[in-house]
Amino acid sequence: MPEEGMEDNKGREERPKWNNKAEYLLTCIGFAVGLGNVWRFPYLCQIYGGGAFLIPYLIALVFQGLPLLYLELAIGQRLRMGSIGVWSSISPYLGGVGVASMVVSFCVSLFYNTIVAWVLWYLFNSFQDPLPWSQCPLNHNNTGYVKECVESTPVNYFWYRQTLNITPNMETSGSLQWWLVVSLATAWSIVYICFIRGIETIGKAVYVTATFPYLVLTIFLVRALTLPGSSEGLIYLFTPDWEILKNPQVWLDAATQIFFSLSVAFGGLISFSSYNSQKNNCERDAVLVGVINSATSIYASIPIFAILGFKAHTNYVTCLNGNILALTNEFDISDMNITVENYEQWFDSLNGTHPSRVSDLNLKTCDLQTFLDQSASGTGLAFIVFTEAVISMPGSQVWAVLFFIMLFSLGLSSMFGNLEGVLTPLHDLKLVPKWMPNELFTALICLVSFLVALIFTMGSGNYWLEVFNSYVGSVPLLIIAFFEIIAVAYIYGIGRFSDDLEFMTGHRPNIFWKGCWLVISPLMLFVVLVAYVAVQAQTHPTYPAWNPDYVNFPDTEVLPYPDWVFAICVLLSSVPVISIPLVAIYRLICCMSGRHSKGSLHNDPNIYANEGYVVES
Amino acid sequence: MEEGCMINSNFLGISLFMRCLRMLVRILVLLYLAGAPALAQTLCQPNASNGCRVRISIKTALGNQAYEWNENEMFLFRATMAFAMRRYYKTETYNVDNIIMCNQTLRVSFWFVVTSPENSTMLIPKADVEKAVRMSRHRINNAFLLTDRTLEFLGIHPTLAAPVNPDTPPWLIVFGVVIGAVFAGIIALLVSSLLQKRRKEKGMMEDGQDEEDRQMKGVENDNVLDGIYNRGFTDDDRFTKL
Repeated sequence: MPEEGMEDNKGREERPKWNNKAEYLLTCIGFAVGLGNVWRFPYLCQIYGGGAFLIPYLIALVFQGLPLLYLELAIGQRLRMGSIGVWSSISPYLGGVGVASMVVSFCVSLFYNTIVAWVLWYLFNSFQDPLPWSQCPLNHNNTGYVKECVESTPVNYFWYRQTLNITPNMETSGSLQWWLVVSLATAWSIVYICFIRGIETIGKAVYVTATFPYLVLTIFLVRALTLPGSSEGLIYLFTPDWEILKNPQVWLDAATQIFFSLSVAFGGLISFSSYNSQKNNCERDAVLVGVINSATSIYASIPIFAILGFKAHTNYVTCLNGNILALTNEFDISDMNITVENYEQWFDSLNGTHPSRVSDLNLKTCDLQTFLDQSASGTGLAFIVFTEAVISMPGSQVWAVLFFIMLFSLGLSSMFGNLEGVLTPLHDLKLVPKWMPNELFTALICLVSFLVALIFTMGSGNYWLEVFNSYVGSVPLLIIAFFEIIAVAYIYGIGRFSDDLEFMTGHRPNIFWKGCWLVISPLMLFVVLVAYVAVQAQTHPTYPAWNPDYVNFPDTEVLPYPDWVFAICVLLSSVPVISIPLVAIYRLICCMSGRHSKGSLHNDPNIYANEGYVVES
Repeated sequence: MEEGCMINSNFLGISLFMRCLRMLVRILVLLYLAGAPALAQTLCQPNASNGCRVRISIKTALGNQAYEWNENEMFLFRATMAFAMRRYYKTETYNVDNIIMCNQTLRVSFWFVVTSPENSTMLIPKADVEKAVRMSRHRINNAFLLTDRTLEFLGIHPTLAAPVNPDTPPWLIVFGVVIGAVFAGIIALLVSSLLQKRRKEKGMMEDGQDEEDRQMKGVENDNVLDGIYNRGFTDDDRFTKL
């Protein structure tokens, strides 16, 4: 097997090392635990029958997530290279897998840091009293509130107009929004300062970014449980609906959620574990990271749903109070005689005696269940639903600041993995010129990423971000992971891999791991990939557009993607994975023409070379 | 005798007439006194063109500390409205009697009209009353410990809170602090890296050979060991050639 345990020791610096095991574990956990744990998993739990969703989720974790995680950590630790180097070492024809990982990591880091920039923008705006998304601004001549805000809600207006300044459709690009550019620059600067000295500074940063979210979640949990309506939210979340398990869509979503949540196939985990010493028990690390990631998802959904229950309760009470006021004013009943508790009786008696007058009032039907059903995931949860809930909590600034710092830590720790999946392969490919110090190279990459990500700060930026999120961060990853597992299980050979694991951890992998790597995980991945593509291909893709001139405003207008955008979507899905066959063909051509490609990656060095012996003469 | 009867009948007739006249006057006075409020009542009517409707929600505003709405509060309202009219017209002629209220409900809501001080049958137009209320709205609210929403003058919209426009948006200040700290950190780290590298280079150039010798790297079983050159073993030939 290729001995990549040595670095060139002719005066170059050796491979960086983690200061201690805790930094390494915290970095991996921080990479795995990201924004999706907070705003995607609770949503899935809610729409897929609460507690019942945990069953397909945990099955997917055990049979798909953990084997993949163990595989990536082991391979990185053994071969001690970034993703491109690792896959090239296993087989020169598979170098494309590493290139694909790198391209996907780059594209994902572009839009992921834009989300972090949005979080920063909201964080900066949380230091005001009153919070800017709690009330509508006045219009030009101070006669009333802005029309768009009155028709929707202040939180929607702040998100769509004052933050994104969104255009009505994707064809209209709008201009760069300077405040978003500024926030994006801040986000990339913070990422750069954490990357300046590589894992030395990352290791220090993760002590904060990986642990702070847990602290905030606990604070929110305690606070949320004391709010009225929180218990309804929790009951709603966790009430299992066992019938839902018959729906195959649930299993598909559970598998994809686990897969994307663990951040495998980005190459970042391979890079992180390549900085370990080889005698490290990566099996325990993998199980630890996987279990902590899922536990965090479940733990995060509790305060999120307690607060959503509180929000639904508040909306319900507001709706009822509106009705009560209308009835009180119409029938001149003494103030506060009708309350939330006796509203039903009053309504029935008044409706019985004066039905026509009551019906003329156009009272709204207030149903707590309807308000609980208004769920959201993704940016909608964080920037619309949660911000609305925060306004009703006493001391809203504190809660808003805490919430957005938590989101920022989650996003930043995931960015470490994303960017590491880009930098380490470039270093290992020796594409960095010798005269360029690492700091400058990292700065260059950050600058290039910042400039490309300016697309997302335009008026139509949010639409483009959704395109990237759906098409780059999904199918390519599944394909890469499939090739990874096939490469290790069949091309590298499970026997050789077991020997490596025995060397590293001290014992051979048991039948469970072998069974998963050989049969179960590839099969699951293949089924998930095919099902995912089939589901996507069934409908012509559409996107929800925020158009104030729409007939049904404030509902979003559902528009189909224009053809040129659809072409870009297809490109985004296929360009990363096209490198897999391309590199294989390239190597095949090189091999057949009898020339060896440059680089020492697949020239087996002489295993008898004792470099401890240097001739001095 | 006949002359005495005639004088007597004339005298009787005049006294009867005087009595009738007095009664008439008395009745008229009584009517006037009784009819004045009745007249006032006809001035103040629900949905009158110059009347304003007021709606008060004390319990909503004050909760446990709500006071009861009674005649004294009505009197305070009339006095406050008279004050508002005085302030608007900049005159001191308005009085409590000029504010007439009617149609009070349990809600609490009622109608009121304002009569002119010179002519008690003439009503002040609604537009002027509204302007007077707008001008003194804050004072009227405070007299009752209420707000624009709990002391409603129907037809007069609550004044919108003027937007607070600070000179620098607060978010820019926070951004400035964060970006300043980040750039300071970047420069500090870069400078310290640079200094470290220079120190290492200087150290390497000074010791030269020794450094390289000291940091030998041995390889054993694919593990990289940091070996230390054993300076107890020297090559004497280099120094002495006896």
